[in-house]
Amino acid sequence: MIEIDNVHKHFGTLHVLKGVSLNVKKGEVLSMIGGSGSGKSTMLMCINGLEGIQKGSISVDGIDVHAKATDLNKLRRRIGIVFQQWNAFPHLTVLENVMLAPRKVLGKSKQEAEAIAVQQLGHVGLGEKLRAFPSRLSGGQQQRMAIARALAMSPDYMLFDEVTSALDPQLVGEVLDTLRMLSKEGMTMIVVTHEMRFAREVSDRVAFFCQGQIHELGTPEQIFDSPQKPETADFLRSVL
Amino acid sequence: MFFGASLSWNDILFMLSGAVTTIAITLASVAIGTSLGVLFGLARAGSPWWISWPIGGILDIFRSIPLLIQLVLFNSFNSMFRLHWPTYLVACLCLGIYAAAFCTEIVRSGVTAVPTTTRRAARSLGLTWFQEVVSITLPMATRIVFPSWIGLALGVMKDTALVLWIGIVELLRSSQIVTTRVQEPLLVLSIAGLIYFLMSFPIARLGAQLEKRWRIQ
Repeated sequence: MIEIDNVHKHFGTLHVLKGVSLNVKKGEVLSMIGGSGSGKSTMLMCINGLEGIQKGSISVDGIDVHAKATDLNKLRRRIGIVFQQWNAFPHLTVLENVMLAPRKVLGKSKQEAEAIAVQQLGHVGLGEKLRAFPSRLSGGQQQRMAIARALAMSPDYMLFDEVTSALDPQLVGEVLDTLRMLSKEGMTMIVVTHEMRFAREVSDRVAFFCQGQIHELGTPEQIFDSPQKPETADFLRSVL
Repeated sequence: MFFGASLSWNDILFMLSGAVTTIAITLASVAIGTSLGVLFGLARAGSPWWISWPIGGILDIFRSIPLLIQLVLFNSFNSMFRLHWPTYLVACLCLGIYAAAFCTEIVRSGVTAVPTTTRRAARSLGLTWFQEVVSITLPMATRIVFPSWIGLALGVMKDTALVLWIGIVELLRSSQIVTTRVQEPLLVLSIAGLIYFLMSFPIARLGAQLEKRWRIQ
């Protein structure tokens, strides 16, 4: 379980998160929606400690992410994250991209790591591209590779940060299909997204972010069909 | 005879032995310069200003003063303070630090050219800072700055000619010795130039070859 309690985050003088509280249970799919600069992506970065926080606490399965004693490298093995910029490692083949972390972080042998990578890449439909370099892949394929790379660590949680925003429209579908598949398999996911139809379809709950706070939280039906706050309604009107 | 009346094979062999010294000093200096350059470059790229600026400032001194002055001063200090370091060591250290000053900036520019998001993605997989630097940042940075580094290595090779001023007989000095004997300065210097070219060319070719291979990726 991910427990976020009254989190405040500043970038210099900019107050990005203003007291966010939220719990995400095992097996749940939570979507974060909201305008640019509303703090959704920053919230994700804080969950696996890529960004620090100034107040409040975040704990993952009871481990305080921002406590000094916490071994972040160890914690991050259990929290996969996929970014908007797919961030392929350009000097490694697709297979090596996925093998890297199991080998270096989990200490798997080359054979074990390769078996894991082949399986995960097959899972996201890239079984034919093992020896290719990322530059030979389309954006959608690179993004699916990034998902396989995160899955290779067998994480308990997956965080997705606007994973389709940088893709050509015709490539969005294949990546969303991969996310749908993961949700059906019971993966616990937090998805920051601008794809409202997708959010509605896969989410158990939807959180609407506005000016660094969760303005409204509820089931997709509640948020999309009968939003309670005028900001939520305004936002949905502007994107739908 | 093609080499003129008095230039013998022994003279050529003497010059080639000077070339071997040139290669040895080049290899040692480039090795020192690159190791220190990677270390300082990483520190310059990823440290707060109170670490980054002093390193940059000190290295600026070595970059700005002509190498010849540094060699002579370093060599004089060696005698004045009775360090008794061999002249070769003085030459390699001096050239090595000089190369490090340039290499640091090359490495820094390469490291800062690696997207932060890519480095974050690696860290998010659980890699430690060191694992990330070794597996992601350095290989990516190497591909970016490799042409500059080849340029530096070739520059160092030519700069080794200056160590003749502290009494080391490398290729240029050996050529001078031969010239004073045979009195054929143009011929001897042409041969020396040809030998420098033959030493540089493979490095430049190797560089071009590697770049071509990396471009495929």
